[in-house]
Amino acid sequence: MGSITLNKVSKVFGEAKVIPSIDLEINDGEFVVFVGPSGCGKSTLLRLIAGLEDVSGGKIMIDGKDVTQAAPAARGLAMVFQSYALYPHMSVRKNIAFPLKMARMEQSAIDRKVEAAAKVLNLTDYLERRPSQLSGGQRQRVAIGRAIVREPSAFLFDEPLSNLDAALRGTMRLEISDLHNQLKTTMIYVTHDQVEAMTMADKIVVLNRGNIEQVGSPLELYRSPRNLFVAGFIGSPRMNFVDGAYAQSKNAKTAGIRPEHLGLSKDNGTWRGIVKVAEHLGADTFLHLDVDGIGPITARCDGEFGAYHGDTVYMTPDESKLHRFDEKGLAIKG
Amino acid sequence: MARSVTTRHKVTATIAAWIVALIIFFPILYTIITSLKTEPEAIAGFSLIPSGTFENYITVQTQRDYFKPFMNSVVISVGSTILALIIAIPSAWAMAFSPTRRTKDVLMWMLSTKMMPAVAVLVPIYLMFRDFGLLDSRIGLTVMLTLINLPIVVWMLYTYFREIPGEILEAARMDGAGLWQEIVYVLTPMAVPGIASTLLLNIILAWNEAFWTIRLSTTNAAPLTAFIASFSSPQGLFWAKLSAASTMAIAPILILGWFSQKQLVRGLTFGAVK
Repeated sequence: MGSITLNKVSKVFGEAKVIPSIDLEINDGEFVVFVGPSGCGKSTLLRLIAGLEDVSGGKIMIDGKDVTQAAPAARGLAMVFQSYALYPHMSVRKNIAFPLKMARMEQSAIDRKVEAAAKVLNLTDYLERRPSQLSGGQRQRVAIGRAIVREPSAFLFDEPLSNLDAALRGTMRLEISDLHNQLKTTMIYVTHDQVEAMTMADKIVVLNRGNIEQVGSPLELYRSPRNLFVAGFIGSPRMNFVDGAYAQSKNAKTAGIRPEHLGLSKDNGTWRGIVKVAEHLGADTFLHLDVDGIGPITARCDGEFGAYHGDTVYMTPDESKLHRFDEKGLAIKG
Repeated sequence: MARSVTTRHKVTATIAAWIVALIIFFPILYTIITSLKTEPEAIAGFSLIPSGTFENYITVQTQRDYFKPFMNSVVISVGSTILALIIAIPSAWAMAFSPTRRTKDVLMWMLSTKMMPAVAVLVPIYLMFRDFGLLDSRIGLTVMLTLINLPIVVWMLYTYFREIPGEILEAARMDGAGLWQEIVYVLTPMAVPGIASTLLLNIILAWNEAFWTIRLSTTNAAPLTAFIASFSSPQGLFWAKLSAASTMAIAPILILGWFSQKQLVRGLTFGAVK
C-alpha cells in the first residue's frame, strides 16, 4: 500500500513562502512526476513528503495515517537522491544492506535480500566494490537497490538522472519504468525535464512558484493544458504563442499552436516566414522562423522537407489543434 | 619532434624540482652535516664533508639530558592537540552542519586572532602565568599551545566537515539511522581522514612552536625547542653541538612527517583537492 494525501501543505523559509498551500492525492501504485522550472518548489515538496523538511502548515497522510510529525524513517518511504548519496566508505553490498541493518534484520535475511536486489539491478558482480569504483549509472542503480530492499510503501526520486549523460539517461528512464511495472509500488519522481515527465508518468503534477498549475496524465496535459504556463512547459519544442490580430480573429487574447501542428509548404500557406535556424535531427527538422507580422515561430517538419537558413517557408496552422487563452492566461474551452 | 621536446621538458622540470627541493631541504641537511663535524671544523667555513664524529651527540646527551625535554615535547604537543580536538570537533561540527548567519564571522574572528603578533600579548600572558603559578609547567604550556592552535584546528575541521555532503546524512536518516547510528556508521568514518590530518598537522605545529615554549618555561617543562636554544647561550656558540641538538630535536617530527606524508598533504591542501 502506498497512497499519499497532502492536505493544505505549506512551507515557509524565513520570509519566503516556498509553497503557499497544496492539496494533492496520490493513489497506491501510481507513478507521479512533479515537474516544473527550477525553484518551483518541487524538490521541497518531495522533501516535505519524505520528512526531511518540517511542514509549516497542513497535513501529510500516508495510507490514511497522519505522518506530519513522524520522523523520515518512520514513514516507510525510500528516497533516491540526485547525487546518489551512497556511503563512500562502504562496499556496494554494505550500502544496499544499510537500511536493513538499521532495521536490525538478521544477517542471513539481509544477505538474501541484497543478493536478490543486486540480481534485479545487474549489480551482482560489483557487490564488493566501493561506490568510487563504479560508473554513474551503476551508482544510481546501487542507490535504487538501497531503496528497493526496504520494500517501502513509496519511492521518492529527486532528479535521479540529471547527473547522467544523455544516452544513459534514456536507458535508466526505461529501467525505472520497468522497475515500476515489476514492483507496482507508488513512485514520486521529481524532475525539471519534461521529457522524463512525459515518458514515465501515470500522472504529472506541474508546479510553478509553489503552486500546482495542473494535474493530469501526460496526454491530458499535452492535449488540453489549463493555462499558458502548462501549455508552454509541456511539449518539446515548446508551443508557439501568437498575440494580436490572429488571436483576436480566433476570439482569444493569445493563440497557441504546437510546432508539430503547423502544415508546411514551400509554395503557399497562411503565414510566410524566413528560416533563421534549421535544426536537423534526422527524422525531424526543427525550423526557427521569422514570420511576417507575427514574429518568431518554431515549426517541426519531416527530416526530408529540406529547408535551410534563409529559405522562405509557408505555414498553415491546424485549426483543430489550436489552443486559445484569455486575458488571465487560462485556456478557453471549446 | 614533438616527442623529444616533451622529454627535454620533463628532464628540465625534474632537474628544476630537485634543485628547489634541495634548496628547501639544505638548511636541515647542513645541520645534520655540521652535527657530524668537530667544533673547529664547524667554524672553519663551508664544507659538505664532515669528519664523521658522533662526539657531539654524546656530549649533548651527557651535558644536558635529552630525554626530559623530549618527553616534555611529546606531552605538550600531543596533549595540546588532543585538548584542541576535544574543543574543536563539536564547534566545527555545529558550524558546518547547522550554520547561522554569523558562522562565517565567528570563523573569521577566530582566525583573526592568529594575525596578531604574539609578542604583543607577551607581558599580560606572562603575568597571568606567573599569578596562576603556571610558569614552567607542562599544564601551562599545553593550555597555551591549545589556545594558540585552536583557530587553525577549528578552521581545518570546519572545512572537512563541510565537504561531507548533506544528502548522505539525509540518506542515512531515510534509511532509518538514528542520530547515534548516523554518527557511528556514517559521519565518523567519513570524518576520520580529516580529523587525522588535522591531528598530525597540529602535533607538528605544537612541536615546533618556539616563541611561547621558550619564554614560559625554564627547566622542568622545557621542551626540545628550549633545549636547542640553550646551546646558543652562556659559553658562546657551539655550532656542532647546537646542530647535534637540533638534529635530535627535529628527528622525531621528521620521522612522523615522513610516515604520514599522504595524510599531511591532504591536510595542507584542505578543501582544495577533491
